[in-house]
Formats: sequence, structure tokens, C-alpha cells
Amino acid sequence: MNALQFLTWVRGPGLNIAIGIFMLGVLWRLLEIYSLGRRKDLSAPRRTAGASGLHTVFRRSLPAPGMLKYSPVSYTAGYLFHIGLVLIVFLFAPHILLIQNAIGLSWPGLPSRFVDMITVVTMAAMVAVLVDRINKAPKRFLSTFEDWFAWTVTFLPVLTGWLAVQHLLLPYPTMLALHILSVEILLIVLPFTKLFHAFTLFGSRWYNGQVNGHKGVPV
Amino acid sequence: MSATLEKGLRVLKEVIDAPIASYFNSCVHCGLCAEACLFYTETGDPRYTPIHKLEPLRRVYEQEYTLLGRLKKMLGLSKPVTDGELDQWQELVYNSCTLCGRCSAVCPVGNDIVYMVRKFREGMSASGHAPEGIRSAVNRTVTLGSPMGVKLPAVQAQMKHVEKDVGLPIPLDAEGAEYLVVLSSMEIINFPEYLGAIARIMQQAGKTWTLCSTAFEATNAGIQIGNSDLAKVIVSRIVEGAEKLRVRTVISPECGHAYTALRWEGANLIGRPFTFEVKHIIEVLGEFQAQGLLKTEGFESDRLTFHDPCQLVRRGGVIGQPRTLMNMVAKNFVEMPDAGYMNWCCSGGGGASAIEEGEALRLQAFRKKKSQFDAVSPDRVVTACANCRIVLEESLEHYNMDIPVVGLTEMIAEHIPNKPQAAARAEGA
Amino acid sequence: MQGSLIDTLARQGVTRRAFLKYCATLASMMALPPAAGRAMAEAMAAAKRPSVIWLPFQECTGCTESITRSHSPTLEGMIFDMISLDYQETLMAAAGHQAEEALRHAMKENAGKYLLIVDGSIPLGQDGAYSCIGGRSNVDLLKEAAQGAAAVIAVGTCASFGGIPKANPNPTGAVSVSDLVQDKPVVNIPGCPPIPVVMTGVLAHYLTFGSLPELDDKKRPKSFFGETIHDRCYRRPFYDQGKFARTFDDEGARQGWCLFELGCKGPVTHNACATVKWNGGTSWPVESGHGCLGCSEPDFWDGGGFYKALSVPADPLKFVAASSVVGAGVGAAVGFANRASKNAARSAHETTTLADLEK
Repeated sequence: MNALQFLTWVRGPGLNIAIGIFMLGVLWRLLEIYSLGRRKDLSAPRRTAGASGLHTVFRRSLPAPGMLKYSPVSYTAGYLFHIGLVLIVFLFAPHILLIQNAIGLSWPGLPSRFVDMITVVTMAAMVAVLVDRINKAPKRFLSTFEDWFAWTVTFLPVLTGWLAVQHLLLPYPTMLALHILSVEILLIVLPFTKLFHAFTLFGSRWYNGQVNGHKGVPV
Repeated sequence: MSATLEKGLRVLKEVIDAPIASYFNSCVHCGLCAEACLFYTETGDPRYTPIHKLEPLRRVYEQEYTLLGRLKKMLGLSKPVTDGELDQWQELVYNSCTLCGRCSAVCPVGNDIVYMVRKFREGMSASGHAPEGIRSAVNRTVTLGSPMGVKLPAVQAQMKHVEKDVGLPIPLDAEGAEYLVVLSSMEIINFPEYLGAIARIMQQAGKTWTLCSTAFEATNAGIQIGNSDLAKVIVSRIVEGAEKLRVRTVISPECGHAYTALRWEGANLIGRPFTFEVKHIIEVLGEFQAQGLLKTEGFESDRLTFHDPCQLVRRGGVIGQPRTLMNMVAKNFVEMPDAGYMNWCCSGGGGASAIEEGEALRLQAFRKKKSQFDAVSPDRVVTACANCRIVLEESLEHYNMDIPVVGLTEMIAEHIPNKPQAAARAEGA
Repeated sequence: MQGSLIDTLARQGVTRRAFLKYCATLASMMALPPAAGRAMAEAMAAAKRPSVIWLPFQECTGCTESITRSHSPTLEGMIFDMISLDYQETLMAAAGHQAEEALRHAMKENAGKYLLIVDGSIPLGQDGAYSCIGGRSNVDLLKEAAQGAAAVIAVGTCASFGGIPKANPNPTGAVSVSDLVQDKPVVNIPGCPPIPVVMTGVLAHYLTFGSLPELDDKKRPKSFFGETIHDRCYRRPFYDQGKFARTFDDEGARQGWCLFELGCKGPVTHNACATVKWNGGTSWPVESGHGCLGCSEPDFWDGGGFYKALSVPADPLKFVAASSVVGAGVGAAVGFANRASKNAARSAHETTTLADLEK
């Protein structure tokens, strides 16, 4: 298989399969999780401003009071790489084009040099959270193979994408193909690993906010 | 005798619900909950990371309620939860967790970790892995009526003392009273001033109230051990008493878990909504103050700080009232760092103070609280939970810190003008 | 036409000076040291013309056109004067048996020394019956001719990689020269058509040094195929700034912005178009406003649409509907199973009594 055949496969059948498994996995897992249901809370609710599921969905995007100082790396690097990933995925011109091609929606992108800078920052932040995972006792203690694996499959698309754009290490078509392949791996494993938090965190925050909102506690 | 692993696992299967499934799937092992847990911050031992305390529950969830988990289980690829493992986990689920809920407040993906610990305790207790200390507290509450073994005659004896002290009647079984006051055994044995304070406050507010001979004990060790069946037995006494006496409101005493058991869990335990309201005494005082029914005179002049009981703030939503009340009677009220919503636990909540073998750990964890005290150096600490009060007193003594701990309700009552208003008016006429 | 090349050129009005300049340019294009230009000129001027056999297979004659008819008269074209082109169906005067005789003769006379140039792919389907010359299949002819060749030069994408005949579903079973010839040095000069100067460059190198130029892993001369179109494209700065033409008639297109989004395959195409250009340096596809088709890469015909950006997959949501249905089905089934097992646990519930707390 030559580079162009490889590229053709990953952006043809490979991507079809990956997106297919991704959709299958997401729906399966969401139903599996949320169909478990829960009992109605029979205690009399107490209403307080700002205490609801929806409030918590948004509020939990900020550190809890006083927490920043306990784990500055988790927060700062965590923010950087999450925001970085969103910007790269949704504001890099070739990515927008892909989305436009798939679903017809399009929006202006960022200059590629700017995306380049964001990518470097994102990779640095991801390395920082990895180092933090090794350094911080609770993180290291909690970490299983899945944590290192999830980090790797998230990091690889960023790295290969950057290398492809920068024309480093391997010829562009090979690197682009590797980039798409790494994204496909990410898509396939996402519903079945902790990366699924990208979906469930909204439900989790909502439940927490709702359960405690019932008590009038804005969590 | 009849607690088995199978029973425990079956109970876990019962209690695992969509929120728990969502929480386990959301956890990214970021470890931030550890930073929120005083058992981790004071020991540095990562085993005390809150989410780790739920590992067996997570595996039961995965093996029973996910397709991949079921397949792995069928193929013998998953590690089953064993008695030995649950035994090891006892320390993590009980001794080193006070159900303070700080972890739930900080989790960035929004996991309500303490919600899961509470549910995990259902399985731990059903499989016979609850600590001896809490088990006997439950036993005494169910068989004798109170975790400290207090019976009605003891209550009546205290009632007489208090009546003599404050010169006000303490009503018992008064049908149709507006308020039913329930107590925690600690208030009956250690802090009888509380009862006198209620009498004076109610007198000033002009409200009718009563104690109930069949429902004087509010604490619910069934909640702490995490057994809904037994918690229901205990809470039903109060429900029956309140309905028998046709009261409008039941006042939970200065006791965090009693409040949680009554206010939030009670209706769910008995399976129907209450026909009466439940309020914490601090909520009631807050209402009286707002309605002008609570008048005080004079101020405490020493340096006071307020320790928020976890079940009252994070788990109960009563945050503003204690401050208003403190300012009514204190000139020199200082807040500790993290006070209010993010306050640190006394280190003895959730039944932890009943576990003898957990004492050393508890005292170590108390250093967190100590650091809060050290930051403001109060002359006295005010709180609104008898359990917090006992734990704080013992721990402060252990660390040779001479800081008395007082109850907020009593302190307010001390500032109520000595002569009842009605009497004063009568004298003037 | 006998005698040295320089005399031949002189007769056609090409001065020595012009020839030297041409050789110097050629040398620099092939990344050879400056002295090589002179060496090349001297070697070529004095060279005895080697025999060249040119076999056309499944092809469209575009490659031949590219070299001979680009425009007139070119030095590239004249380079052909320095070889003895003993067999080239399109160009030779002879026909029929006479032509076949010429081929046999040349192969015999120059056995082991002649250069074999091939354009077009070789069909293997139906025992090679899809393309025959004088009743013999291309594959037979190639195998026979390759045996006596010093080296084989595959000209054009069809000969190099199979090209359009090999495009999906490849009805004739077309393959490339290097698929069949493994025991002789093969140089691929892909392109549809290839750039004339690349062909003459390889010939000049062979004549000068008696060897083939340095090749990459696809057997292409590194000096011409070392970089991608994108690497050397004059529109590259627009790509870096994120300025893209979105249609062929928008403002971006008029401003000469990057054609990536219009399907340019420049980033994955190795060729020298961006530097050498076409038609005597007049222009090249991107300069004329159209993206690169990637014609010099293997399987360029099957690489997705010409007008689909490289980052854009052909039909990414192909399985989404089906997989959503399956996913929802699996999820619902697990959901029902979960409910059943939860209800079973509930109905098996035994109310805990005090005794039940003890083990």
C-alpha cells in the first residue's frame, strides 16, 4: 500500500467505519447509561436561585472556590488543552471544510499560523497534564492502562496533524494519513473509554446540580 | 449472622441508578476530589481519594449494567468483588469518609461522589462490612430508641431540670402544637441547655410546640451505616409522632445527619411525601428573625467563629441564616477561610465519630480543621450540630487547644431578654 | 544522422553557447554541482548515440506528445537527436513487418546495451489480449525487450504506476513496468504527461555518467520528485495565512489564493511542475487557476474527486444512519436487560433487620 492508497483508505472506508462505530458506540452507551433511570425524590424541594441541573452544567466549568491552588496544573493545563482542542478541531480551515462536506455547515476559520500556535500550546498543556499525572500522588494512584491509553489516543491526532502541517518526520501524505488514522482510532475508542466523559459530563453535572438543587444547594 | 456478600451485591444492583452510571463514565481520574478530602490532604495517602473509595461499586456497575462488562464477566476477564475486598474497603467507605460532600462540590465533570458513597454503604452494610461502632449505634437506636441508649425516663428527667432552670414549661405530647421538637441524644445527655433555649425562643416568638414521647430522638444511625430499611424504621417513629400530634412542622435539632435523615431522606425512606414540614432549628430561628419574632439584647464581645456543619451547608443549603444569627449576638464574628459552602468537616461526621478504630485517622484529619482555626484564632467556636460540637471539643483537647465550642441556638437564647414579654407587659399594667 | 551531437545541433542553429547553458540548467535542476554542467555538455557532445527502443503499451500517446510536440523546436526535442531511436511506432517511418524487423534488429545488435523506454501500462487480463502489437501481447514484448536492456525508463504515470488503465475497477488488469521488470534498473518518470525536461534530464545523466540518477523509493529521480508541488508552490503563503479560494470565480480565486479547498492535490504530489513549469516555462496548472490533480502519483485517479479538498473524505457519513440504528438497538436491548436485572434484584430484596448487619 503506497502513501496515497493509504490516505485514500483512511479518508474513505476507514473514516466511514470509524464514524459508524463512533455513532453506534455513542448511542449504545448513552442508552445503556441513562436508561437505568432513578427514583423520584419525594422530599419537599427547596427552591434557591442558581440551584438547578442546568446551572451546574455551566457552573462546573469553573474551579470550585479555593480549589485552584490545590491543583494548578490540572486546572490551567486542563483548560488550555480542552480549549485548544476545540479551537483546533472546529476552527482549522481544512477541518471546517470536512464538516461542511459532511453536514453542509460552514464558518470562518482561523489563520493557519494561529492554529499552529494553538496546537503547540495544546501539546505543551497535554504534556503538562501527563507529567502531573505522573507527579501527583492521587492521579498516579488512580491511573490505569486506560488513562495512559486515553492520553495517547488524544495526543496523537494533535501531534500527527501538526507534523503533517509542518512537513516534519514523514512525507505529507503519509503524515496526513496517519493523522486521519489517529483520529479514527480516537473516534472508535471514545465511547468505550473514559473519553466518553465528553458526553456524560453534561448528564453528570445535571444530575449533581438537580439532586442538590432539590435541596436548594447551588453546587 | 445473615449478612452475605450476595445480599450486598444484590443491594448494590438495586441502588445503582442512572446518575451513578453517568458519574462512573464521566470520571477522568483527575484526582481533584482528593484535594477536597481532608483524609487525603492531611495524610497524603492516595487511597483516601474519594472516587477510589467507590472502586468495588464501580466494578459491580460495570459487570452488571454494561454490555462490555457483562461480556468480560462471562469470559472470566473481570475481577469479581469479594468479601475480602469489601472488608478492606470498610476503612475507606466509613472511617475515612464523613459524607461531607466536598468531593461532590469540586468534581469538574460534576460527579456527586458522596451520593455514591451513601449508596455504596447500602451494600457494605448488607454484606456485613459496616464498622462495629456504627452497627452498635444502629442497634441501640432501633432497640432502645437512641444511639446513646437514652430512654424516655431520662428525657423526662432532663425536662424537669430544664423546666426548673428556665422557669418555662416543656410540653410533651401536646396535640395540635405548631412545632414538634425532636432532639439528638447528645443534646439530651451532654447539652440540655438546648431544650431550655428552645423553650425561651418559642416563648418569645409566641409559638406552640411540643416534644413527643414516642419520637424524641432525631438522630438516624441508619443513614450513617447506609441502610434504608433500618433508617426507615427509625424515621417512621418521628413521622408517626408528628402525624399523631398533628403538628405543622418538625424541627430538626442541631445535628447534621438528623437533618438530612428527616428533611431529605425521610419521605423517600417511607415512600410517600410528608404531611408536615421539616426545618432545621437554624432555619426556624432565621424565620423568626425575619418575621421579627426573635429579639435579642447584648453582644458577645470575644472573638467568635462559626463552624458550618456539612449537612447543613453543602448537603442542606442552610448557609445565610447562621451568619445573620451570629451577627445578632456577636460583635467580633470572624469567618474562617473556606467558611460557608466549602467549609471543612469536623472530621467526625457520617458516623465516623462512632468508629473507635478510626480515631487516630480522624484526629490526623482534624489538622485541616485546626488549620482553619489557626488562621483566625477564635476565642470560641460556635456551631449548629451536636456531633460537630463533641468531635471538635475532643479533637481540640487532643491538640491542647483551649477553644470552647458552643451551640448557636443556646447562644441566641442567652441573649433573649430575661423576662418574657407577656409577663413584662402584665407587670407594667 | 551520424556524428556528434554538437554538430547536429549546430546544423539546426543551436550554438555551442546555448547548449552549454542548457546543460548547466539541466545540471542545476538535477541538483548536480555546477561543474557537472560542463562535464555533461562535453560528454553529450562527444557521446556515441546509444540505441533506444521505445515501446508503447496501453497509452494515449500523450507522453510522446509532451516530448515531441510541446513547441518547436526545443532543446528537449533535439536531445532525441543524440540517441538512436531505433523503434518508436508513432514516430518511425516504417510500419508493419518492417517495423517489427527493425525492433528485432535493434534488440539483437545492441543486446545488453540499449535503453528501453516504455509508455503505457501493461494489461495482464485475458492473457494480455487487451493490448497486442503484431499479434504479441504487451507483457510478452516487455519481458523480451527488458531482457536485453541496460535499463528501463517508464515514462508517464501509466508505465510508472498503472495510471488510468489501472483505475478502479481496472478492467484490463493493468500493471506498471516495475510490477513486471524486477531484474533491471527501472526509472519511473510519472506524470500525465511527464515533464519533458525530466525525461531529457534522465537521458543526459545516463549519457554523461553512464548511470541512472539517484532515485527515491518509488524509483523516481529524486532531483525532480524530491519535493511536493505544495512545497514549492508560489501560492503557498496564502495557504499558510489561511486564505483559500472557495469557488473558481470568487474573490479569493481572482486574488490568486490557495486552491487547497478546491481540491488541489499539491500537498501529496511529488513533481517539479511548480519550479520547471510547462510549455517552456510559460505556466502550470496552479498558475492557470486550477488545482493540481496529482497526476504523477500512484492511483491518482482513485484518490477521491479532483475537486474535493484533501482533508475532505468522500462520503464520511455513509454508515451513520445504519450504525445509529444498530447503536440505538444495542443500547435499548442493554437498557431492557438492565431494567430486568434491577427489578429482579429489587423483588429479591429482603428487608434488613438488625441481625442482618452481622456477618
